[in-house]
Amino acid sequence: MNPGLYQRFFVTENQILNVATRSLQFDQTLPAAVPGQFVMAWLPGVGEKPFSIAADRPFSLTVAAVGPFSQALASLQPGNALFVRGPLGQGFSPHGSNLLLAGGGYGAAPLKFLAQSALARGARVTACLGARSSANLLLDDELSALGCRVWTATEDGSSGRKGLVTDLVRAALEEGGVDGLFACGPEGMLRALAELAQAFNVEAQLSFEGLMRCGIGLCGSCELAEEVCQVVGLPHGWLVCRDGPVAVLPARA
Amino acid sequence: MSAALTVHFLGMALPNPLVLASGILGTSPALLERCAREGAGAVTSKSAGPQARTGHPNPVAVAWPGGVLNAIGLTNPGAQAEVPLLRETRARLSALGVPLFASIFAPTAESFGETARQIAEAEPDLIEVNISCPNVASEFGTPFSANPESAAEATRAVRRAVSLPISVKLAPNVPDIARIAQAVAAEGADAITAVNTMPAMLIDAHAAKPILSNRTGGLSGPALKPIALRCVSEIAQAVQLPIIGTGGVSSGEDAAEMLIAGATLVGVGSAVWQEGPAAFARIAAQLAAFMDAEGYSSLTELIGKAF
Repeated sequence: MNPGLYQRFFVTENQILNVATRSLQFDQTLPAAVPGQFVMAWLPGVGEKPFSIAADRPFSLTVAAVGPFSQALASLQPGNALFVRGPLGQGFSPHGSNLLLAGGGYGAAPLKFLAQSALARGARVTACLGARSSANLLLDDELSALGCRVWTATEDGSSGRKGLVTDLVRAALEEGGVDGLFACGPEGMLRALAELAQAFNVEAQLSFEGLMRCGIGLCGSCELAEEVCQVVGLPHGWLVCRDGPVAVLPARA
Repeated sequence: MSAALTVHFLGMALPNPLVLASGILGTSPALLERCAREGAGAVTSKSAGPQARTGHPNPVAVAWPGGVLNAIGLTNPGAQAEVPLLRETRARLSALGVPLFASIFAPTAESFGETARQIAEAEPDLIEVNISCPNVASEFGTPFSANPESAAEATRAVRRAVSLPISVKLAPNVPDIARIAQAVAAEGADAITAVNTMPAMLIDAHAAKPILSNRTGGLSGPALKPIALRCVSEIAQAVQLPIIGTGGVSSGEDAAEMLIAGATLVGVGSAVWQEGPAAFARIAAQLAAFMDAEGYSSLTELIGKAF
């Protein structure tokens, strides 16, 4: 199997996660996948978009129906086919015994896969999840069921703390003993978390989003804005698809 | 970097003969600077045309065992918006001693001249005239590179418009590339870039459809190398112009073969897929090691050695 070409999967289950989000399960394993990596998902005749890997065995995607392609993907039924190339990009490299996870909105999608692998090797995992309101929270029940300590924040106060996920992360960092912060979400959230991690001198692994076209580091479409590279301390000309999506920002020695 | 790799090309001095090929990562000042910092001897920006274009919808590129197939569709901000980006790129590159080649495309000969005139305002070290993109025929018709007459027409329009050095980029899928090179040379081209990607198609058997949204794309990488070597050698024997030999170079020996075929500079594109811009430093080091091992003390001893 060449990771550059497509593997065909068949949907086995399409489960509702929240008001706009589905969990799609497929019939096979995605070989050699690491939490934080992504795939390019192709529906012939419809299009192709990047999605973070929600689980590898069996392969699973968390799909927020926000545009024409993701709506088509979210409406797939058991037996329908999806063509996938990947895993692509650099995933999380979790280490240490006390992990802090943070997900903003749909950014929670890759965190369950990460939490599972960390819990499996005996780490303690705290997951901070933020959303607009309780209806938009993603994976809070699933992460609790796995054995994570889950804190939630909503902008309208309908679930957990009223405020932003960054407030939760600050509180968790203030407890001390965190070996690493692992986050996925909108750029503004990641910039704020990079600052927090630096202030608390904790390693941060941040998963960025980009406009992906080739997905293999050739076309330049997903370059992270230079201003963002400057703020979070990444080399300029950083490509989300091949240098990322996960950026590792080390703690000071 | 070994002194043996320095090369003179149209009055420029390059630290090594490896050129970032147009269409790969040349979309921003930061990416062009990154390729220069990671070892490219010169860099080529992604082709700019008269108007902004978003390009084709996904899928636009896939890797397969023989290389890469792509049909990005000439995504670019338009020549007017490209000029300040090229200016900024040039400023960043000058500290590194790495020249900037600016690629252009256009739908008509007249528009080629006008686009070249606009891009010349940014004062790149060279304008590469892309008359051979294989992925826009449905909008633009047969590429200018298809025959000697139309290739000459586009070259003439650019030559009249600008005094900067120009290199005309040719297509591999023609019956007699030497005649096209001669026609381009006769119209005042300073160099020839050979070759563009090879028109090709990949079909997914399970989907029973072409993979790319454009159906066809341009093939690059290892499968293109023997085609490019043939084209470069035929051009080198037909015209006196320096050649930027491009197609499937991913190792130092590949680069040596391109020089031996008659190229003065060597384009590198798809090799970036496997390892990112670090490919430049690796290929350059391999080329230097090859030259040491084989007793070559300068690139000029290699260029055109096949004949």
